[in-house]
Amino acid sequence: MTDASAAIAAAFHEEWGRVVATLIRTTGDWDLAEDCAQDAFAQAVRSWPRDGIPHRPGAWLTTVARNRALDRLRRSSTEAAKLHQVAALQPGGGSAGRPPGGDDGDGGEFPDDRLRLIFTCCHPALPLDARVALTLRTLSGLTTAEIARAFLVPEPTMAKRLVRAKNKIRNAGIPYQVPPPRLLPQRLTGVLAVLYLLFNEGYAASAGEGLIRESLCLEAIRLARALAQLMPGEREASSLLALMLLQHSRRLARVDAAGDLVTLGNQDRARWDRAEIGEALGLLEAIPPGPPPGPYQVQAAIASCHATAATPGDTDWATIAELYTVLAGLLPSPVVDLNRAVAVAMADGPAAGLRLLDALDPAGLAGYYLLPATRADLLRRLGRRDSAAASYREALALAPSGAERRFLVRRLDQVTSTG
Amino acid sequence: MRYVLIHVVDGDVELGAAGPAQVHADSGIWLEEMISRGVSQYGGRLRPAGDATTVRVRRGEVLIADGPFAETKEQVAGFDVIECADLGTALDVAARHPAARLGGIEVRPLWAS
Repeated sequence: MTDASAAIAAAFHEEWGRVVATLIRTTGDWDLAEDCAQDAFAQAVRSWPRDGIPHRPGAWLTTVARNRALDRLRRSSTEAAKLHQVAALQPGGGSAGRPPGGDDGDGGEFPDDRLRLIFTCCHPALPLDARVALTLRTLSGLTTAEIARAFLVPEPTMAKRLVRAKNKIRNAGIPYQVPPPRLLPQRLTGVLAVLYLLFNEGYAASAGEGLIRESLCLEAIRLARALAQLMPGEREASSLLALMLLQHSRRLARVDAAGDLVTLGNQDRARWDRAEIGEALGLLEAIPPGPPPGPYQVQAAIASCHATAATPGDTDWATIAELYTVLAGLLPSPVVDLNRAVAVAMADGPAAGLRLLDALDPAGLAGYYLLPATRADLLRRLGRRDSAAASYREALALAPSGAERRFLVRRLDQVTSTG
Repeated sequence: MRYVLIHVVDGDVELGAAGPAQVHADSGIWLEEMISRGVSQYGGRLRPAGDATTVRVRRGEVLIADGPFAETKEQVAGFDVIECADLGTALDVAARHPAARLGGIEVRPLWAS
């Protein structure tokens, strides 16, 4: 029983998206595809503990789901065209009436349609929040209620968002396909952005917000891993997976017992997840040298500099500073410039970092407490205590709450204490 | 599927000396190709928004207002009805029309029947 339960749980993660993707291709009906996938898993729950786990769970589930779709389409005479489509896709032909055996699927090979599904869910003609929700619903199999909880919106709101997205796909004729090569780079960038947004939604949440947010990170990693496997030649796809793994590897060390965030330099590196770091480094090493790296590859390289430093003092800040310079060229942003200044300060000393900070355009960072906080820290290290105190006060006026404020207050006390 | 391409351009857009002639020529090239491919069904350029009249019926009363439906800086300048396999093709077709460079093109599917 526990074996079957574990197999079903694993199959859900591995196969849900595949089953839905195939059913959407064969029926053209997103709701029918989801319903039939649901039915197939329900049947697995009933029959696997009794009949044993099929050798190829994915083929078994797809066969059951497809037969279920056939049954439902047969009953509705108005769907003659769809029925024709499903019937035409009987693998080997003529096996329609055969119930799935307890030992295996029917031996039919189903092509992996998940790439079509990812690109359709992330089509730029859909609103961004709908892309994210639809990806989680159709590829990951999260329920509407789970997605609603993860994004802190009421369930009816999320249900409406999903219905609207599916309506737009149908009414506007958004094609169910991987985009042609000339559109692929741009569209892939869009897909990667959706997956990274998903990861960050989960990762940025503080510890108190519970398991569902952590599961967003895991879903994002699962999807990125699937994408990297489906598009083995795309360096940015495997780089995004590596970047997520490197960030995720620090999840246990980045929050202390009180739930406060712990900065990178103060984390207990023994609590970093070595398996995830190893997988990420392997992915990055496997990328062949070639054209200049994309933004995810550079960000993953920065994260790997941190991941491979045994202690904060071993961090290769000079390389990190160089990588931030490259990143600033790819993704110009004041936050990237700020990070570059921090890295230069670590590599070449606080005075060099301060020069870069002073050259930053403050307009892009207005209201961002880390700008005065960083300046304060550099001034403190240069022994300019009065200027440092002024910057700490400026940062405190902007700092969000909790841990960040407590940290700044401690530093301010340090630089204003006599002696 | 049939789509309507609605050309939305900034009313103040400066075409420059060679602008209008170039846009006109590019539109002609686009149209010729789309007709020969069987994509373009019908289309036309609209006179300026100042020549528009909007009709509304409220409580049985016909209300006529001078001007376009929405008073915004951007205005509908033209339209094309096209026949394409799917939105992917329709977006490609729209992207190649010069109006996409001047302002934007709203791609809207028509009801099937």
